[in-house]
Amino acid sequence: MSIACGKRLAAFGLVAPLLLFLVLFFVWPLVTMMSNAVSDPGAGRALPQTAAALSNWDRSSPPTPEMQAALVDDLRTTQDDQLIGDLTRQLNSARSGFRTLMAKTVRTVREEQGAVDLVQVDQRWEDVSFWQAIAAATASPYTDRNLLAAIDMARSPTGEITALPASASANLAILQRTFVIAAGTTLACILIGFPYAMVAASVTGWKRQVMLAAVLLPLWTSLLVRTAAWFILLQDNGLINRLLQTLGLIDAPLALLFNRTGVIIAMTHVLLPFMVLPIFSVLIAIPTNLLPAAASLGAHPLRAFWRVLLPLSLRGVVSGSLLVFMAAIGYYITPALIGGPTDQMISSVIAFYATGTANWGMAGALGIVLLVATIALYVVYDRLSASGTERA
Amino acid sequence: MSMLRVLKIVFAVAAMTFLLAPLVAILPLAFTSSVFLNYPVPSYSTRWFAELFTADVWRRAIINSLVIGLGVTVLATVLGTLAALGLRERRLPFSGVLRTAFLLPMVVPAVVLGVGMQLLFVRMGLANSYLGVIFAHTVIAVPFVFVNVAAALQGVDTRVERAAASLGASPITTFRRVTLPLAIPGIVSGAVFAFATSLDEVVLTLFVAGPNQRTLARQMFSTIRENISPAIASAAFLFIVGTILAALVVALVRWKSAQRRMA
Repeated sequence: MSIACGKRLAAFGLVAPLLLFLVLFFVWPLVTMMSNAVSDPGAGRALPQTAAALSNWDRSSPPTPEMQAALVDDLRTTQDDQLIGDLTRQLNSARSGFRTLMAKTVRTVREEQGAVDLVQVDQRWEDVSFWQAIAAATASPYTDRNLLAAIDMARSPTGEITALPASASANLAILQRTFVIAAGTTLACILIGFPYAMVAASVTGWKRQVMLAAVLLPLWTSLLVRTAAWFILLQDNGLINRLLQTLGLIDAPLALLFNRTGVIIAMTHVLLPFMVLPIFSVLIAIPTNLLPAAASLGAHPLRAFWRVLLPLSLRGVVSGSLLVFMAAIGYYITPALIGGPTDQMISSVIAFYATGTANWGMAGALGIVLLVATIALYVVYDRLSASGTERA
Repeated sequence: MSMLRVLKIVFAVAAMTFLLAPLVAILPLAFTSSVFLNYPVPSYSTRWFAELFTADVWRRAIINSLVIGLGVTVLATVLGTLAALGLRERRLPFSGVLRTAFLLPMVVPAVVLGVGMQLLFVRMGLANSYLGVIFAHTVIAVPFVFVNVAAALQGVDTRVERAAASLGASPITTFRRVTLPLAIPGIVSGAVFAFATSLDEVVLTLFVAGPNQRTLARQMFSTIRENISPAIASAAFLFIVGTILAALVVALVRWKSAQRRMA
């Protein structure tokens, strides 16, 4: 018992460094990114002392002098008018009348020195409902504003969730575009990868080795090198256009770079190995005598393929498709270098919010959307491959 | 039937051309004398390699990539190997969950991770530092080490280790003389993959590195984006040669270890 226990402890000691490292530099960054998406520092940042003073208020008794003093102090120290403006708008949507009340109060408080009796400034400060609105706004440091904006929604002043007008945001269009490009890439990978895997599984010896090497070599090659290569090939006077022109198939060069066609060609090339390899591994596990058996029973080759080989290889196709689609929706480099402005996917938009405008809330919210989609696809893939190995 | 055979051959050749042509097409352009990345190549020269090794931005980027890649290789190999050794103990609670968790960095989109790292590294004081870039790259390199070492260890018969222990070898001796030599092919492949991952990493580097940590991959990315030059093809040539060398190293180590096992 104690030996088993010691062994377990030693094993844990070996695993612990990596576990700690990944918690620090993998889990924590993701949590930071997500908490940025849902945290709302607006009210808490503008009124820190008020937030502290209101935290132990029962929200029904009349406002105390301490609460008033804290608010006066906060309004004096917070010089950021943008912040005060945002705060006022937020409070006004919770309790109408705040706009005029805040404007009047801020002006008076900043003009006068020393203690100010807020009720003297405006009768409304006696009204508990105004203090309740401040308490509500400063109590919760969380917001769903960014998450809603990520799918083109917003809360109306009364708190209902409504769709934004089409002109206000384009996030849904980008999500849709990401889906279309990823689906197109997956389809192209199936169309090339499935027959390729079938041919590779049907041949033997050096022919199979060569076909597998042709898949593995690009897989091992740097993604940047492959993207650079496609950049060179797809140019107006690149090899592809030259070849087509020499053959007399086209008169003017085809536009292949900085558009959707180029992105899908390059992404298909990059992701094709992830389609071929799972299908191939399923196909070589299928007993080779099944098709002759079907034929001997009188099945036409097409029928034998349709009824025997296709259903058996479907698991490989689904695994490969999940892998390709999952990788494709998160792609950044290839669309950034090969695509035009209308081919930028969700990753580019996240990068734009993060590095371009320092809007960490929106970057985080779109990051959550992408992360959830990716993890969901991975879970399905993982279940599928786990059930596959169990059956085998 | 022969129709189908012809069709099969045509398709296989076409698909292999699609897969390999881009890699082949970029190689001759590394030696162009022109300032354009186009065919036909007017004449051959090594001017773009010279540019790569003498121009300040490129030379610095190459040195940065080597320094960061070396750091990542050491860190990822140590962390990944230890974890793979620890997870051999099947009675360890949650070992299945940990196994899956250690692979997750391969799955999470780099941009999402990059945003989080940028935010967190500023707070930790790791932003714009070599250490920050090494940590970032190690996160996505370590699954490759873990997978490779775990696969190698799976082939190690635990009875051999128990035999060594029963003959009086201490746990450390057993590890050094029995387990490690058997796991070496996996460790070397993992280390090579870790180095290659770091070398090719762009997205996390964009988010966490400062101008002083500009790596070769990062420099290639902005060169393609801003002003494409044949230096890209020369850098790509180095990458492809490096890939082939790395594959040879892995193959050699596996072959030697298989030979030793047979002897």
